[in-house]
Amino acid sequence: MIKGIILPLTEKDIKSLKTGDNVLLSGTLYVARDAAHRKMIDALDRGEPLPFDIKGQTIYYMGPSPAPPGKVIGAAGPTTSVRMDAYTPKLLAKGLKGMIGKGVRSPEVKDAVKKYKAVYFAAVGGAGALISKTIIKSKVVAYPDLGPEAVLRLEVKDFPATVINDIFGGDLYIEGKKKYSLAQ
Amino acid sequence: MRSINAADITEAVANLFKQANYNLGADVLAALKKARKTEESPAGRDALDAILENTRIPAKENIPLCQDCGTAVVFLEVGQAVLIVKGDVSKAVNDGVQQAYKEGYLRKSMVIHPFSTRTNTGDNTPAVIHTTIVPGNKVKITVLPKGGGAENMAKLGMLLPVAGRQGVIDFVVKAVEQAWSNPCPPVIVGVGIGGTAEKAMEMAKHALIRKVGQPSPDKENAALEKDILHKVNNLGIGPMGYGGRITAFAVHVETFPAHITALPVAVNLQCHSARHRETVI
Repeated sequence: MIKGIILPLTEKDIKSLKTGDNVLLSGTLYVARDAAHRKMIDALDRGEPLPFDIKGQTIYYMGPSPAPPGKVIGAAGPTTSVRMDAYTPKLLAKGLKGMIGKGVRSPEVKDAVKKYKAVYFAAVGGAGALISKTIIKSKVVAYPDLGPEAVLRLEVKDFPATVINDIFGGDLYIEGKKKYSLAQ
Repeated sequence: MRSINAADITEAVANLFKQANYNLGADVLAALKKARKTEESPAGRDALDAILENTRIPAKENIPLCQDCGTAVVFLEVGQAVLIVKGDVSKAVNDGVQQAYKEGYLRKSMVIHPFSTRTNTGDNTPAVIHTTIVPGNKVKITVLPKGGGAENMAKLGMLLPVAGRQGVIDFVVKAVEQAWSNPCPPVIVGVGIGGTAEKAMEMAKHALIRKVGQPSPDKENAALEKDILHKVNNLGIGPMGYGGRITAFAVHVETFPAHITALPVAVNLQCHSARHRETVI
């Protein structure tokens, strides 16, 4: 069954989401990749505020292709999350509640997901054109100098995602592999 | 001698990169459909459905298949009886890349200095160009926009010769297992065995432009491809790493003689969005 979820995530949503759940997300997402993460962490280290209020928000790891005429955005699929791992626990400590990317996270991120009660979702990599259809608004909100790596605020409707890491310690990548692996 | 204008190379490269980023080859589409039929895992099937649906959008809407339009990798096979005139061949290729990425609304993903400033070059140049001189009076151009997620999972092993065939299998399977969900499986596993360190990796990359699943013309290599594919698909990683039977569409092996001390093995992974195109001028 596919659950519809309105962003930002509520505490109740986070408690109800379990590894393997398919969801359709609607509402506000912030977009940031590793270059933007580095700038955000540098800002925190200097005691400066983040370019947006991160409390309760969800970050999508993505760098779109340019919007063709008449479109909100170009292809907009997830990038590999591991590049954000070094920065993520600090952002979770600041109140980040959701992340969308693809690929396994570090043990430190998974521990922080449990500790700070957050959710890590995956979107289907390489389905960037399809995903772009669920993005109804896109605005650069910080670091425009980073080009395709700038921080964006998106409005999405029925953005498809799958829960990878939940607050209960579940991990779809580990569980899926275990379920389907055969003796070598 | 036959003269070819540098401008013709620019035009060909530009067209090829646009086509590659918008349309998958018939072989890749067939591999995806076959995977969808065979896959047992419901989550894996959902991922393949999304991937297949995605292939139906790009050309008509000017949105590329994937936002990662890749590093522009170009293979040039230049006939020795060809004279390239009215321009520099590397510049001709890079002009083609610049044109395609600008006109095709493709993402520019190259940064100037890899370990310091990392400022975007703004036009996805420079291309990585592999040139070989071959007999004949034609130029064959193959373009491979190579996404970062899969490329980052490449592995090189300088094995001891004693490791032998089993050592090669173990190394490749381990590389795919470690890559796990990151390279956007189902992948094509490019394997280069022999030569030197750089020769092995270049073969592993070149193996990715072969028609998906077409066995190596060398019988021993073809048998190795089959054995590795079996083991890779027993890993259980599945489409997008959600668990499943289809972790790889195919394994493509290329070999080259090696030094008496050496058994180099390189693994270069291609994501399911296996985009490449070729033409002959």
